[in-house]
Amino acid sequence: MATDRQLEQVVVVGAGVAGMRAAETLRQNGYDGALTMVGAERYAPYHRPPLSKKLLSGQVHRAGIDMAPQFDIDARVLRGATAVGLDISARTVRVRDDDQDVSLSFDGLVVASGAQPREWPGGPAPGGVLLLRTVEDCLAIRERLGSHPRVVVVGGGFIGAEVAATCRVMGLDVTLIEQATGPLVQALGDELAPCWANLHREHGVDLRLGVGVDTFVGNGQVEGVRLTDGSQLPADVVVVGLGVTPATDWLADTGLRIDGGVVCDATGTAEGSTGDATVVAAGDVARWWHPLYEQHLRIEHWDHAARQGAAAARTLLAGKDRAEPYNQLPYFWSDQYDLKIQMLGSTTDYDAFRVIEGDPRGWEFIAAYGRDGRTIAVVGTIPNRVHAYRDAISGSAEFPPKPPD
Amino acid sequence: MRVSVDLDTCDGNGVCMSLCHEVFDVREDGLHLLQEQPRSELRGPLKAAEVSCPTGAIVVED
Repeated sequence: MATDRQLEQVVVVGAGVAGMRAAETLRQNGYDGALTMVGAERYAPYHRPPLSKKLLSGQVHRAGIDMAPQFDIDARVLRGATAVGLDISARTVRVRDDDQDVSLSFDGLVVASGAQPREWPGGPAPGGVLLLRTVEDCLAIRERLGSHPRVVVVGGGFIGAEVAATCRVMGLDVTLIEQATGPLVQALGDELAPCWANLHREHGVDLRLGVGVDTFVGNGQVEGVRLTDGSQLPADVVVVGLGVTPATDWLADTGLRIDGGVVCDATGTAEGSTGDATVVAAGDVARWWHPLYEQHLRIEHWDHAARQGAAAARTLLAGKDRAEPYNQLPYFWSDQYDLKIQMLGSTTDYDAFRVIEGDPRGWEFIAAYGRDGRTIAVVGTIPNRVHAYRDAISGSAEFPPKPPD
Repeated sequence: MRVSVDLDTCDGNGVCMSLCHEVFDVREDGLHLLQEQPRSELRGPLKAAEVSCPTGAIVVED
């Protein structure tokens, strides 16, 4: 595909997988104008999935997670630089780079600023209460795990559940605290909550459900965690995994529509992007209209961010009138103990659930989610079996779907 | 073009398959390379799979 219009100055804000894939896709498709990447982290792009898994446990080394550049994208790359403002009519992004404000002009902008982990909401926490988002966060936690600490994980989403599993496999004492009825409820629903709860308990995690953290105990360094039911746990390391919020602060009052992320149409064009300059968004920060699900979805998964980054770049090149809608199915995996949990599709607003192959009690199963009588997502632990349901989900097959041969 | 996969490194996450199903098929028993020398039209998705593989198990040579 040749460029259909004359772009000359593209700025990509974000150097995670969405930003990287956007930059590479621009070059692969013949864009030969100026390209500037703005990355908040000081490191070259790296793979984030191992941070809660093999990098945390030490099974892979730091160098093993670098995203090997496949070719020279011929870009000016600012690292440790944060976008702090956007002026759409002037077509400039304001960036803070080493205490200096720089203004970058653009005629095409890719917003891929990602998300930031939710801080502990109860104010300052003692040392040893840590978040996990970046490679630095991961290595800081890993360093502390070496002294065989008692670990408390707050939040049973994917990050919390994976950190708990990784720490248990390393032989550490782990308590996992989750306010809902089980781990992964937000993504995978109440029906499977007992399944994931058993998984962690059978592996020796002290799982506390239906309670939250009242306060952290400790002067300087954390010594314990007091729960909302009045009980207290000893703790040497606490990992807080309360989800993320899209990094949109720098986009406030710019004319872009921000509502739980940068709201985009099905091509990735940001709503409120006006004039000659096109603004697209991709990855954790973006909420695209999904033609299959007929709603805006913000999806926090690696595979999705990679593909959406590429799609956003294609939109930028084609121009918004000729850009093609993106309707790929979200896909993710999560490694916990010996299980690889995989999901294809989105469970958002599901109203039906059924196990369609195997049995969750034996950890080998496939389950489907439906809405209005149609199949919208499939989750499973039989390796890669979910991919066999791709057509059923893309084609909105009747729920429950028939297991393919 | 020539594609190779380090099966010792491959974790079977299936990212490559979602990017280029013409070449990568991830099944219950692991990854299957459907073509070792795919046609050059697949260069885009192949390069995407190479860079997006979370374990860096894929090598694509022109």
